[in-house]
Amino acid sequence: MLILECPYCGVKAEETELQPGGEAHLKRFGPGSSPEDFEAYMFARKNPKGVHFERWRHAYGCGKWFLAARCTATLEVFGTYPAQSPEPPADLVNKIKAKRPEWKGWK
Amino acid sequence: MAEPVSALGGAVFEGFATVREIGPLGMITLRAKPDVPGLEAAVRGAVGTGLPARRQMDWAKDRGCGWMSPDEYLLILPHAEVGRALAGIEAALKGQHFLAVDVSDARAVFRIEGEKADQVLRKLAPADLDAMAPGELRRSRIAQVAGAFWAGEGGYTLVVFRSVAGYVMGVLTHSAQPGSELA
Repeated sequence: MLILECPYCGVKAEETELQPGGEAHLKRFGPGSSPEDFEAYMFARKNPKGVHFERWRHAYGCGKWFLAARCTATLEVFGTYPAQSPEPPADLVNKIKAKRPEWKGWK
Repeated sequence: MAEPVSALGGAVFEGFATVREIGPLGMITLRAKPDVPGLEAAVRGAVGTGLPARRQMDWAKDRGCGWMSPDEYLLILPHAEVGRALAGIEAALKGQHFLAVDVSDARAVFRIEGEKADQVLRKLAPADLDAMAPGELRRSRIAQVAGAFWAGEGGYTLVVFRSVAGYVMGVLTHSAQPGSELA
């Protein structure tokens, strides 16, 4: 069972109260971009065994989108933060680095 | 004018807790960021409470204002006063970015009462009822549908969409079956 704390309403929401939204921090390539860039944006997703950044929506709660960092293998949750974040907060990145020295970074 | 009626006509089930459909209850959804000028005065004018803190409900007798999300409030008041309250909000927030809608007839309201009322909800919602602060409004899932509930007056009040009132009465009835109490 996955429990994520919604950064907007502060509820520790159980997985079934949430809607998954896939990988976080994607850079959009729209009209005018190269076919390769658009294809990568449209279809290519990370699928790591380990640290992963994801979008989630508190669908049955306050209805807001937020971002979460968790480990796909152990389900350990490193933290959640608001969706209005172009990149993960520095303190969260440092926390993950301390816990997982082998982790190569979020990009 | 047509008489307002609740979704299930006041259905009641007596199990190890009492489940009652109540209403009709006046409800207004007010969407606005908390820093909108005049918002607090508009809420005070409509239901007589201040702006609630995160996940909290403020009450003034039978009127209340609940925090639904960072930019949404639920105003609760007698059904007959909704029109006047809406007009007051529209006047007070004229020109601001906000939305106020009468949702009274889009909702069904249940009361779950009794010593073990919490167990009826514990079986249906993935919410930690022990972690609820006094006066907290919890939005969650009731079996397969969205719902919001709060504790008070010897039980819980549960608000769901009217279109699923029959379904919710069914799952509440099932959850409150005598002999199915949690250990």
